[in-house]
Amino acid sequence: MSRGIKERTGWKLAATCLAMGMGMGVSQTSGAADELRIGFLAPLTGGFAQVGRDMNNGFALYLDEVGGSFAGAKVKLIVEDTEAKPPVAVRKAEKLVLQDKVHMLVGGLLASAGYALAPVSTRLKTVYVASIPAADDLTQRQSAKYPFVVRTGWTSSQPSHPFGEWACEQGYKRIVTVAADFAFGYEVVGGFQKAFESCGGRIIQKMWPPLGTKDFGPYIPTIKKEADAIFTLMAGPMSLQFPKQLANAGIKKPVLGGGTSYDEFILPAMGDEVIGHVSALQYSAALDTPANAAFVKKYRAKYGKVPSYYSESNYSTAQMIHEVFKQTQGKWPGTQQFIAMLSKTKLDAVRGPVSLDELKNPIQNIYIKKIEKKKMFGFEKEELWNTVIKTYPNVSQFWKYGKAEFLKQPLYSRDYPPCKFCN
Amino acid sequence: MDRRRKILTVMAIVLALAIFVPFAGSYLILLITQALVLGILAMSLDILLGFTGLPSLGQAAYLGMGAYMTAILAARYDFGLGWSFWIVVLLGILLGAATAALFGLFAIRATGVSFLMITLALGMCVWGLAYRWNSVTGGDNGINLPGRPEFGIQLTDGITYFYLVLGFFAASLAALYILVESPFGQSLVGIREREPRMRILGYNTWLHKYIAFIIAGGFGGLAGVLWAHLNGHVNPQDVVLATSVDALLMVVLGGAGTLVGGAIGASVVVLLRDYLSTIVPWWQYVLGGVYVLTILYLPGGLMSIPGRVRNWRAQSETRGIENQESVSH
Repeated sequence: MSRGIKERTGWKLAATCLAMGMGMGVSQTSGAADELRIGFLAPLTGGFAQVGRDMNNGFALYLDEVGGSFAGAKVKLIVEDTEAKPPVAVRKAEKLVLQDKVHMLVGGLLASAGYALAPVSTRLKTVYVASIPAADDLTQRQSAKYPFVVRTGWTSSQPSHPFGEWACEQGYKRIVTVAADFAFGYEVVGGFQKAFESCGGRIIQKMWPPLGTKDFGPYIPTIKKEADAIFTLMAGPMSLQFPKQLANAGIKKPVLGGGTSYDEFILPAMGDEVIGHVSALQYSAALDTPANAAFVKKYRAKYGKVPSYYSESNYSTAQMIHEVFKQTQGKWPGTQQFIAMLSKTKLDAVRGPVSLDELKNPIQNIYIKKIEKKKMFGFEKEELWNTVIKTYPNVSQFWKYGKAEFLKQPLYSRDYPPCKFCN
Repeated sequence: MDRRRKILTVMAIVLALAIFVPFAGSYLILLITQALVLGILAMSLDILLGFTGLPSLGQAAYLGMGAYMTAILAARYDFGLGWSFWIVVLLGILLGAATAALFGLFAIRATGVSFLMITLALGMCVWGLAYRWNSVTGGDNGINLPGRPEFGIQLTDGITYFYLVLGFFAASLAALYILVESPFGQSLVGIREREPRMRILGYNTWLHKYIAFIIAGGFGGLAGVLWAHLNGHVNPQDVVLATSVDALLMVVLGGAGTLVGGAIGASVVVLLRDYLSTIVPWWQYVLGGVYVLTILYLPGGLMSIPGRVRNWRAQSETRGIENQESVSH
């Protein structure tokens, strides 16, 4: 019997030692000075996996173009899957910093991922380049809390402000909004409402179908008849369903949309019912510039699809990081210095000129885009393209309101701006 | 004799963790801390599943209550970032228990699949609150905590926080062990085995189950407080059904009705999910395979392996040796 005990304890001890050994096996090496380790966070499994691939492809395409090195610094890109869940994003970011000792984190998709990753960057004193997450407050009211965050993408309300003014110019007086019920939706709609109402328009109804709604039956018939146009912000499969059901219901009102409702990620899956819909974003694949034509052709040849803003934003982010390394001749300048240099970078990106404001958010062109069916860039088939119909140059996240005044108002939310004309 | 050996083994493992973990890589320390927190959650669920026979699919609700309370107090009122952390711990336990006391009124009447469905629905209510009650919970953006508490010692450091969590883990394990060994715990096992008989014997089985449900909720709340400070961020994703399912699978994987099994299940799941996923992209198949194999071939979970090995050995030994052994008793 006693022999049995000893053996059993031995077995347990062995297992414990094995577990400990695994722990101690983790390497603590710090790499050579001229190796740049970039931790890239994107959803690679789950519902947003395809978006994550677009992001990753954009960054990887630039790396390929420069032969995997930024002015002599060999770039090691370590990609981690966030599963589009903020808590997973946090864990993976910690893994990248603590275990892989990355110099910076890049990516994240959803606004919520941005809000979750920003404090990690503060806690671990690591640069976080938010190439996609658009949550307004990361570079607005809360920016002081996140000194390690640099945004190379956009804020949710940034395209909405000029878009609101554009809507006034079209002579629209009354608009109904139908937008997905989450923070990103509030910010996109909020920006639009603010700008549209400052130039005399009225938002007369606001509807918030839950994220993932497939049947808009309860919403579409209640759209007020006196509305001149409908403003929508959809996410994921909702983007496909809403225009279809709107067309089926026989509603012929003009449809305006937040950029992600019609971006090139979702556009190829859409039907002809979206022709004529108008949206606003800092990028369109149909942007008629030599830089963009080359980018679209190269991207399509390599990955078999038209790049979305997810691809472009990460491509340009890689380019901006490269710009910093050109100045340092391939040496890592240190975290603080890197942030300072990246914030001062001015770039003629694929999407147009990009520079960062003092809160480290891009000042960039906003394009008003109308969906048309046509041929572009010498591709054979007739396809849907987001044709640019108006360009608002160098738009800042504060639009024309000025930083101080803009930051005085609360963050756009379900209840702000209040719907004054809703009854 | 057997019981003392078990306790000693567990104490040795906890001690070994305390001694050896600081030498591990900092990411691994984080994962071990995470496994310990989820271990507390899984153990709290084991009180219901393993000891009382109530398969709850809503344990994430209590984790969520504790976590959101911690985050709201810290982010809004700067409360719980000093010595008041201990008050928050207490409040978290109480809130978890209070939520369970409320949910229990609906859930305890049912058993089996109905109980599973009711707890699932109640769990989703908490998720709904977290997701839709924007002004309080921040909606799908979640809440960021300003930092970890500081009271003489700084918990910002991964190792210090690990020790704090290890302490809570050991205390929870001890408390729950005393609970299941107590006459009350025995009555729960009786209810699991045959409730009508317990009722005929004069036990108020509803009340016993209700109390077990509340206690499990309290420990779930504690796990929530630790969870919030571990991640520095709470999000509706923490409260989704998948978290409850994970907790259930951890218990089943480790072995229901063993307490420690939940912690072992939690470590296996965390290591496979968060460690393996950084190495290979097909980690989900491994995790799925482990679940399926455990349920098919190890209905008693990983904790039943030593017993099985023992049986197998005893069978392979000849009767003669068995006789000798019985003499040596």
